[in-house]
Amino acid sequence: MSEVIGHLVMIVGLLAALLTVASMLIWGERRLLALFQDRYGPNRVGPLGLGQVVADIVKILSKEDWIPPFADRAVFEIAPAVILIATMTAFAVVPFAPGLAVADINVGLLFFLAMSSMSVYSVALAGWSSNNKYALLGSMRAIGQMVSYEVFMGMSLMGVVIQAGSFRLGDIVAAQEHLWFCVPQCLGLAVFFIAGLAETRRIPYDLPEAENELVAGYHTEYSGMKFASFFLGEYVGVTLISSLVVTLFLGGWMGPLLPPVAWFLLKTFALVALFILIRGSLPRPRYDQLMSLGWKIMLPLSLANLLATGAIVLATEGGR
Amino acid sequence: MFTTIRTLWRVFLHAFRRRVTIQYPQQRRYLPPRWRGRIILSRDKCGGERCVACYLCAAACPVDCIALQATQDAQGRRYPKFFRINFSRCIFCGYCEEACPTYAIQLTPDYEMSEYHRPGMVYEKEDLLIDGQGKYKDYDFYQEAGVAVGVKDKGQGGNERPPVDVKGLMP
Repeated sequence: MSEVIGHLVMIVGLLAALLTVASMLIWGERRLLALFQDRYGPNRVGPLGLGQVVADIVKILSKEDWIPPFADRAVFEIAPAVILIATMTAFAVVPFAPGLAVADINVGLLFFLAMSSMSVYSVALAGWSSNNKYALLGSMRAIGQMVSYEVFMGMSLMGVVIQAGSFRLGDIVAAQEHLWFCVPQCLGLAVFFIAGLAETRRIPYDLPEAENELVAGYHTEYSGMKFASFFLGEYVGVTLISSLVVTLFLGGWMGPLLPPVAWFLLKTFALVALFILIRGSLPRPRYDQLMSLGWKIMLPLSLANLLATGAIVLATEGGR
Repeated sequence: MFTTIRTLWRVFLHAFRRRVTIQYPQQRRYLPPRWRGRIILSRDKCGGERCVACYLCAAACPVDCIALQATQDAQGRRYPKFFRINFSRCIFCGYCEEACPTYAIQLTPDYEMSEYHRPGMVYEKEDLLIDGQGKYKDYDFYQEAGVAVGVKDKGQGGNERPPVDVKGLMP
């Protein structure tokens, strides 16, 4: 019984923490972008402008939640929920500290890959149900991009799995006790990070919502809290990819002096800041450039990485 | 590839640059004295209104935001009965100041004129009149020229000679 309560506390705590982090990232992203652009960003409401988060939430909650009459109502309402559910569920397998995970299941990595693919549905359904050409174009792009980047996102992680010998994220972190996987798997890290950028549809890969071509892409017709759900989903996705890069390549909770959770959070937020830095500096590629980068460079790279890692592990450890 | 990383690095270095933002209410820009901001009506050194209600400012105004009505006091001195500027129309071009023959209407370095209601943007004469001379301290129209309106007697103006006694024999 106490175990059940412990799990429930963990789940509720994780959900609360995630929603808080995601909404704080609205502020964090604006402050960091301003930092990289010689500005201050929102610094008026409350200390350091932190009250901006509350103000934004109050504003967006009081906005009219309008559903266009030509939209497919049921699907239109489900779509924003799917992205939040998918990304937040994926967090269940992330170990924040030894033993501190909602469910450290033995196929954790596969569960993450499955769940992050689910968010494609959200974008696809949003674009389709909006019944609007720009939304449809955006969601077509999103589907193409996410499906093709999904392929080598999984591939790039197989090197880590081979080295750790487990799909369980806790085991993968434990296997990095002597050497973080970012050193032997640097190629995998690069490929996974780029795929993660594409997966979260952040700026160099934000073709699905390219403002100057597609108005706002798949969420053109959304307003109010449904629009906010897409944004929260995006920020949860950024946090998810960051925490997975930390778990898989940067030693997870490991680090000297500080408690494990602190190390995990520190590394994750450093990566989130890197996401924002990339957003602040890189332009958006053309759609064909995106595709050819994915299929012609990233996929062969991740395959080569997989082959090399497999060969080296087989040679040194004799296949176990 | 390497250009991308170089871009990232150079954008990151901007984090340590000086901020360009001016934190407005606490930190203010220097405004030059001839800044074209809120319009005022000035007084001469004796405290009388400089405005002689000649309508030149209203005529010069490209957006017709100045309205006034001329009248006279007992001594024949012209002054505006009312003088009204609708600042929600004003474009702060400064033509009124240039048109004014008596330096009465002047633009000042002040732009903080926000109002919650539109009628608040309409300034009446009591809102526009200030106590001092504004930018042109020494000039006083009635001391220089014009009719006697109780400010000075005939021939006592700055550019005037005493009146000639036409009936006298002396040169």
